[in-house]
Amino acid sequence: MTRRVTSDTAFQGVLVFAGVGGLALLGGIAWVVGTMSEDAFRHVGFWRFLVGTTWDPVAGEFGAWPALLGTLLTSALALVLALPLGFAVAVFLNEVAPARLASPLSALVDLLAAVPSVIYGLWGLFVLAPAVRDHVQPALQAVLPDLPFFRGPPLGVGVLCAGVLLAVMVLPVVTSVAREVLRALPDSFREAALALGATRFEVVRRVLFPAARSGLLGAGVLGLGRALGETMAVTMVIGNRHDVPDSLFAPGYTLAAVIANEFSEAFSPLYLSALAGLAAVLMGTTLILNAGARLLVLHARGRWS
Amino acid sequence: MNGRAEERDPAIRRFRRRRLADRVFLVLTVASVGVVLAPLVAVVGSVVARGAAAVTPEFLVSVSRPVGEPGGGIGHALAGSALLVGSALAVAGPFGIAAGLFLAGTRRNRIAWAVRASADVLTGVPSIVVGVFAYAVLVVPLRHFSGLAGTLALAVLMWPLIARATEEVVRMVPRELSEAGLALGARNWRVALRVVVPAAFPGIGAALIGAASRAAGETAPLMFTAFGSPFLALDPTEPVAAVPLVIFNYAVSPYDDWRRQAWAAALVLCVLVLAGNLVSRSLIARRAPR
Repeated sequence: MTRRVTSDTAFQGVLVFAGVGGLALLGGIAWVVGTMSEDAFRHVGFWRFLVGTTWDPVAGEFGAWPALLGTLLTSALALVLALPLGFAVAVFLNEVAPARLASPLSALVDLLAAVPSVIYGLWGLFVLAPAVRDHVQPALQAVLPDLPFFRGPPLGVGVLCAGVLLAVMVLPVVTSVAREVLRALPDSFREAALALGATRFEVVRRVLFPAARSGLLGAGVLGLGRALGETMAVTMVIGNRHDVPDSLFAPGYTLAAVIANEFSEAFSPLYLSALAGLAAVLMGTTLILNAGARLLVLHARGRWS
Repeated sequence: MNGRAEERDPAIRRFRRRRLADRVFLVLTVASVGVVLAPLVAVVGSVVARGAAAVTPEFLVSVSRPVGEPGGGIGHALAGSALLVGSALAVAGPFGIAAGLFLAGTRRNRIAWAVRASADVLTGVPSIVVGVFAYAVLVVPLRHFSGLAGTLALAVLMWPLIARATEEVVRMVPRELSEAGLALGARNWRVALRVVVPAAFPGIGAALIGAASRAAGETAPLMFTAFGSPFLALDPTEPVAAVPLVIFNYAVSPYDDWRRQAWAAALVLCVLVLAGNLVSRSLIARRAPR
């Protein structure tokens, strides 16, 4: 009897260790990135680090604002494009398409998430950016010539191109979470609305979307978290310039892209620490967003069951 | 009722408006699927069109050559990727499966909740941040870039994927199976390892393959850990090449020949990653109808 207890206890101990090890890993990452960036935060000051607009490693000046703004702009643009599309696809797959069509189509949408980021970057750099430069940007300028965010020479690479590419990469996340949320709504909702004579459009707009609101918001926030941290594809099409972009056509930078480009070339401990500071800001933002989004989705899933 | 009276009847007009809105809605949802799948077709299409010509057996086995020299390939990078992903799988696999078993076995428990949450959060941590972590933990003390650091970064990225997927498939194993094992007097650990894990094995295999193919495409966390190398370097304490790193470095280079090779390498990587993804998915699908 004692032997049984000890071997089982040991086994359970191994499992708990593996689980808690993962927990410790998360804490370890936060701690390591935090201590690495301490120097830069102390030297520059946390708020000046966040809102400073000059990034001059030689002079020891580190302002993250251009990269931070670039990250926010590209991600916002990606969401503006990806949310309506993702929701529409989710509605089609869940509410409109017959199952025989829906499952292969959703597999294809998921495949979009399996393509490695560097391949999106390669495609973005050599196919999407020239297309944006030659067709999209001149067309936008011709149609809406006076808008400040369509200013400047059409370069192809820049905030607009990065946003479009990010939208493609975020779509599968938005779609699959939105589907999960819609699937969790009981059929009685749909049946009740249809029985009252509602069209399918009205079922979706008046019944399903209001009921799934918090979950759909969660889908958006999860997509945002993905967009903020995306590195390679953005690095290849953002244009890599440490300036505050004055238009969507302008080249810019993102937090992740700065780290990717400059980390292995950092020539001073303070420089390295500043780059770790960017990583800390990035990690903090995505942690908060992801935690919030999970709560929203959980709430949405649990609410009607 | 003649046509004009029908026109004036507000109920009929409202009905027509609603029917029109419904049709527009249907057309828009169908169109959105097209818009979403277009980039997939475009990306895969360009990779095949621009890469296929350069993928020869020689390209797959020879190592990088300096610009201007004919030939040159990605053999070193394929070997490096295999080394990095294989060793990361060797670390993250057992840890992830054990954590998944833990999570599946303990449903309502504060520790299990925290572990589950941390795995989910870890999935959301940008991979470049994981690279910074591996740099601080292994590159700084060893004083140079190494395959070990790259392995650590990839293992950190794989662990939560394996743990959560294992938890899910182990949950699907019917309780009667483990009860039968326990009724025969087997110990818990024996039941777990000899009954539950084998029963869930296709699913666990799918989790491992899925995580490995995901890691094989990761670039950002390797840039300042494994770093890349033009040689066939398989010493894990030295910088190690990887296919995604080659794609990035060649793509942003100014040389036409290297850019051509970047497309060819992209095709190879695409085939590997998508094949892994499909195998993983078919393993899951085989379990589904029950």
